[in-house]
Amino acid sequence: MNPCPSGTQQHFLERAPVLLRDWITSFLPGSTRWLADSLIDIASILAVFGLLFAFLTLAERKVLGRVQNRPGPNRTGWMGLLQPFADGIKMLTKEDVVPRAADPVLHFLAPVALLAFSILTFAVIPFGRNLVPLDLDAGVLYFFAAGSATELAIFMAGWASHNKYALFAAMRALAQLISYELPLLLSFVPVVLATGSLSPTGIVAAQAGWRWGAVPNWLVFTPWGAAGFAIFMISALAESNRSPFDLPEAESELIAGHLTEYSGFKYALFFMAEYFGMCALSGMAVTLFLGGWHAPLPVLEIIPSYAWFAAKLLVLLAGFIWIRATLPRLRMDQLTKLAWKFLVPLALINLGTTAFWTLTHPWEGPLQLLRWGVALGLVLIPPVLLGRGLSSGLGPRRYRYA
Amino acid sequence: MLGIGLLQGLAVTARNLIGSFHDPKRFVTTQYPEERTKLPEAYRNFPFLVAENATDPMGTLRCVACQICEKECPPQCIYIEKSKDKKPDANGKMQIYPAIFAIDTAVCMSCQICVEVCPFDAIKMDQVFEFAATDRFNGLVLDRVQLAKPNSYFHGIHPTEAAEVDGRLAAARKAAEEKARLAAAAKAAPKPPPAPKVDPPAE
Repeated sequence: MNPCPSGTQQHFLERAPVLLRDWITSFLPGSTRWLADSLIDIASILAVFGLLFAFLTLAERKVLGRVQNRPGPNRTGWMGLLQPFADGIKMLTKEDVVPRAADPVLHFLAPVALLAFSILTFAVIPFGRNLVPLDLDAGVLYFFAAGSATELAIFMAGWASHNKYALFAAMRALAQLISYELPLLLSFVPVVLATGSLSPTGIVAAQAGWRWGAVPNWLVFTPWGAAGFAIFMISALAESNRSPFDLPEAESELIAGHLTEYSGFKYALFFMAEYFGMCALSGMAVTLFLGGWHAPLPVLEIIPSYAWFAAKLLVLLAGFIWIRATLPRLRMDQLTKLAWKFLVPLALINLGTTAFWTLTHPWEGPLQLLRWGVALGLVLIPPVLLGRGLSSGLGPRRYRYA
Repeated sequence: MLGIGLLQGLAVTARNLIGSFHDPKRFVTTQYPEERTKLPEAYRNFPFLVAENATDPMGTLRCVACQICEKECPPQCIYIEKSKDKKPDANGKMQIYPAIFAIDTAVCMSCQICVEVCPFDAIKMDQVFEFAATDRFNGLVLDRVQLAKPNSYFHGIHPTEAAEVDGRLAAARKAAEEKARLAAAAKAAPKPPPAPKVDPPAE
């Protein structure tokens, strides 16, 4: 968390987390402060996202309940607010079963590795103006590299369990995660192209300011940015194994998929990793497309930057839950078809759109209208054309004897 | 158009999400221990013994310890011991009564055969389902004090069946009184006329 060099004195709330950290480390000798700083960063990330995970599970169950016209968990504590802790105690006290045929080392390592890789991704996300745990020059690359390693852990879980359902799930997970890795990566390349930076702080800095004093310079408000954001979020849904892409743990087909042979706290670790992955990908989407920690209006800058980041993150997470409450699961062929025949071509076209957008930056006056028109056309027409081919040969099924 | 169906689905779930906050009628669940749904009249699970009088249930049990239900019970969950003495029943006739009448609800399979074979309408099906006990051997065995419930309770849970039973019993009682009156009259008269035909009680 290196304070950004800034000419003007920042708001007190803006500096509060850094001041608190500096106050704590001021009791330590100077030579150990760098270590203490990093440890405090790690501890605060774990605490904040651990609690967010806990209450996200509660919020998810509440929202799913409301969507199905029932109240959701409401017995433990006021409005069920203590439910995550009750669940945690339950998970901790359950028996940890390791199948006799399982590979004990890999079986143990899989949830640990999955969680570790998920937590690693938080390191480079700028949570606020002064809250960047690790400002890497190629932070975005680091983020996706750490995120892709989770696939290995999921396959490890499926392989080590020595269970047919787990192995099926692991193979599905590999097919799905590798398929969606491509559109996920291709959808952020335009951002790198337009901002000229691989560092998350640089990308956030490029989205500062307002057009005509009201429209923020967030990348989602450009035609290619909106398309990239949509592709990124669809791929993020698939990458975090969330409904409608929850094929690896499809309850109705594969018992619990790669979680079949896991119980107790290891099972909880898998869930924690899934939610951490979801939070990290949403945080990256906020950073890449939604302006990071920037406020939407100049007047609203009085609210500290990390609050804006949290608000945007929560909106995206609510979207994840809403989609889970709505959409049914895809079939395996539909899943890969969507990735390879729809999202990858769209992401490649989007790359071209971005190149056009960047090259036409100096255009003025009526040429500006032409620029917007061409870009909007490039963004809106290909999905319609590709969408037709998506279900070709798969007309509505007629039941002749039903 | 591509994606319209997805948006329609999202709109449906959003409507349900918001609607469930301001329209309690949408709720499909009841908060069980605090709220209870009214059970349908046809619902029945375990048997109970019908007593005529709510104030003295043990003295006015309809059961005469004939042990038919005990013998018919497929899982044999009923245990009856006859009394040594006799007590007047609801019609004033001296009858033996069950000194012990126990039903093991852990064994009972709710088949209702005991109800169907009982010639005295003394055993009927109840609607109580909260029998949770910490001791599965003794805690789930109901004795005759626990089983006895007044006729008014029977009217409360199964009104149609109770009215039918009451009508049948009243008709039988009336027929018995008529027969007794005619017998007394025949005894008093010097020369008995040909015996009048008594209609059998309508079943």
